[in-house]
Amino acid sequence: MILNINDVSKAYSGLVVVDKVSIRLDDGEMIGVIGPNGAGKSTLFSLVTGFLEANDGDVVLDGRSIGRQSAAERARHGMVRTFQVPREFANMTVRENLMAAAPRQSGENLINAFFRPRLVAAQEKEIGARVDETIAFLKLERVADSLAGQLSGGQKKLLELGRALMTGARVILLDEPFAGVNPVLIEELSSKIRELNARGIGFLIIEHDLGALSRLVSKLYVMDRGRLIASGTPQEVLADPLVREAYIGGGLA
Amino acid sequence: MDAYLIAIGTIAGIYLLLALGLNLQFGLTGLINFGHVGFFCVGAYTSAILSTKGVPIPLSLAAAAALAMLAAWPLGIISIRLREDYFAIVTLGFSEVVRLVVTSEGWLTNGVQGIAGIPRIFRAGGGEAQAVLMLGLTLAFCLISIVAMMRIVRSPFGRMIEAIRDNEEAVRSLGKEPARFKMQVLLLGSMLAGISGALYAHYIGYISPDQFIPFVTFQVWMAIIMGGVGRISGTIAGVLILMFFLEGSRFLRDVAPFIPEVSMASIRLGVIGLALILFTIYRPQGLMGDFTKR
Repeated sequence: MILNINDVSKAYSGLVVVDKVSIRLDDGEMIGVIGPNGAGKSTLFSLVTGFLEANDGDVVLDGRSIGRQSAAERARHGMVRTFQVPREFANMTVRENLMAAAPRQSGENLINAFFRPRLVAAQEKEIGARVDETIAFLKLERVADSLAGQLSGGQKKLLELGRALMTGARVILLDEPFAGVNPVLIEELSSKIRELNARGIGFLIIEHDLGALSRLVSKLYVMDRGRLIASGTPQEVLADPLVREAYIGGGLA
Repeated sequence: MDAYLIAIGTIAGIYLLLALGLNLQFGLTGLINFGHVGFFCVGAYTSAILSTKGVPIPLSLAAAAALAMLAAWPLGIISIRLREDYFAIVTLGFSEVVRLVVTSEGWLTNGVQGIAGIPRIFRAGGGEAQAVLMLGLTLAFCLISIVAMMRIVRSPFGRMIEAIRDNEEAVRSLGKEPARFKMQVLLLGSMLAGISGALYAHYIGYISPDQFIPFVTFQVWMAIIMGGVGRISGTIAGVLILMFFLEGSRFLRDVAPFIPEVSMASIRLGVIGLALILFTIYRPQGLMGDFTKR
């Protein structure tokens, strides 16, 4: 699945937060987006996934323009995001969180829920098996029946990744997956992302932990004050004086 | 005393239908509906007007349910996407609009004088037999609603509305439209309120606009908060607690005869208010537990 972000812009009463940003994510590619705080990275994610309306530009997924669709519609096309601050369903168990994410559930229709119990039960069983696989893959077995709200920060990030997988997404946008995660779990999370990428899922990742991100992605884009100021392999980008300037200027040496 | 218990049971059943609807909306889905009494009012007036004009009562009951849903539908269209606090204000306003309409459209509703002589649902037999049948019918509606509610809670639909309660944005990020689910929940809750209102009208026999003030909504809120939000057992317990305080304070005069009659209504309110405060301090999750597990 190919994601094209074309000249996407967003301004709040004259203040430009995202300025004509274009990024192309090829099939099965893994790309990082870095930049100082306030550079517009998270806003860009919201614009791409439909949580904010762009003033200008378009988002094209596999040749289909989705820039005017709702967030849910865009997700149904196979592009799913996670959040900087995890948004788990706190009062539901890990298993229920994952079950809820499965697409096209006949039991979400009330008529089926009441009058076609066998159809719904069969599908629940099927989804349950996929959930078991996902739980095993993410090594969340120990907490499978705990409330999601009680998980550690890192486990919540894993759960959000798991929910994205359950939707069958082909492109996943991760918003700071390593923030607030302990170093051991960062390694674990990285290896899961790498494994999923090897299966053909494309990733676009915002991250402040440049070390962990550089080991993961093939290409980095750098944002500063709403604009893309550099792109290239991690080695090229991190050697770029303009990038060093932006980071030091942004107070993040 | 028997007649008294039957009467309390019937009123409790009517409250329970209201509370089950609100628990579905708020407890399970997170919709803050401050206008529940509006749908109760629509149901009561619909069945009262139709049945006094000679429409058979089964039909007028069905019409009450349908019209309550029909009233909820446009309200949902304009307000279901609002943030929860705004939705609360809009629904509160809606119930007041309903009350003002039935107050001023005298040609249809007889205005402030209200509608008297609403036929009872069961007319055969003596007074006691009628009362028992009415209690049975009310509890049958409650039972059907409880079974249906349990079905919903265990279904993928139920899982999705709980997810919406916990985090709407995350639901959207997974490719599901919260508005569709919230609309259905609003309609279902309104249907229950409509049926409840119709039963109330036929049971009491006389309705007037001043019976449909926002206070009714908040009594139902108190019930589900005291019982335990989000749980069906909590809803039942909450209605029982509410009835206990409403009715129990009647007997307060036996122990405290110095309280004048006119102060009693305020004292009853005070007692319920105090109970609500104590619950939120000492048992915020309600009598029957919390959000966590069924």
